[in-house]
Amino acid sequence: MLSCKDASRLISQSLDRRLTWHERFGLRVHLMICDVCSRFRKQVELIRAAVQRMTRQIEQDEHLVLSHAAKTRIADAIKSKREHVASDDGHQNH
Amino acid sequence: MTENATNDNNQHDWLNEHGDYLYRFALARLRDPHLAEDAVQDTLLAAIQNQSYSGKSAPRTWLTGILKHKIIDLMRKQMREQATEDIAEDLPEEPGMDEFFAEDNRHWSDKPQTWGAPENLLEQKQFLTILQDCMDRLPAKLAALFMMREVHESDNEEICKEFDISATNAWVMLYRARMGLRKCLELHWLGK
Repeated sequence: MLSCKDASRLISQSLDRRLTWHERFGLRVHLMICDVCSRFRKQVELIRAAVQRMTRQIEQDEHLVLSHAAKTRIADAIKSKREHVASDDGHQNH
Repeated sequence: MTENATNDNNQHDWLNEHGDYLYRFALARLRDPHLAEDAVQDTLLAAIQNQSYSGKSAPRTWLTGILKHKIIDLMRKQMREQATEDIAEDLPEEPGMDEFFAEDNRHWSDKPQTWGAPENLLEQKQFLTILQDCMDRLPAKLAALFMMREVHESDNEEICKEFDISATNAWVMLYRARMGLRKCLELHWLGK
């Protein structure tokens, strides 16, 4: 029988790789009788879902924008780079 | 000739048209405004340097592709910065995991508690805020790896390649990150 420690490891790994049939079976048996590890699994899955939700929220929040200072800094860097590139080669863009 | 002129004009506008979008994309993955700004800058500079934009895909798609690489570069830097400090991280054994399990190594000594209905939790801003705080508290190396996996959604192969670690190390560190986050989250969520 899997220990809770081993079960917790497998639960974590199941989020990153396919478990072998043997591992999956052992884990399933353990989870059937262990409420604590079942709870652990739900919580770890919840953390994944929550992190993904936060990611989507940040991506879609139009209030999050480059600061004026950052925009200026980047624009200046672009300008220097462009001049540098232009002076380096006299070719036209393709 | 007209096409060249169009490309040039578009390039001038890329910061204005796509800057904020790229910033949000980077911020969602790096969770640090300064790093996100750096990522956007590196991306736009690389785009100019490259001059390989063919016009086949939308500029935003193309720029996002470059940005993803810049984000990985920054995450790799974060990983390296911790390298000398936490050599223990590289060991297959997990010091610190003992606090979660009893001496027989079988049972939880610190049992996960009940949190409440998942659907409700995801809706609650405070829950997500606590999670973000807990993520900020992770050691930089674990945090970078966790973000690569959970947010950037890199698979194990890519992670091992980009960070030059073994698959076993990756799993151990992700396990630690998850155990730590779960514990931190529980402490602050139930403790409120």
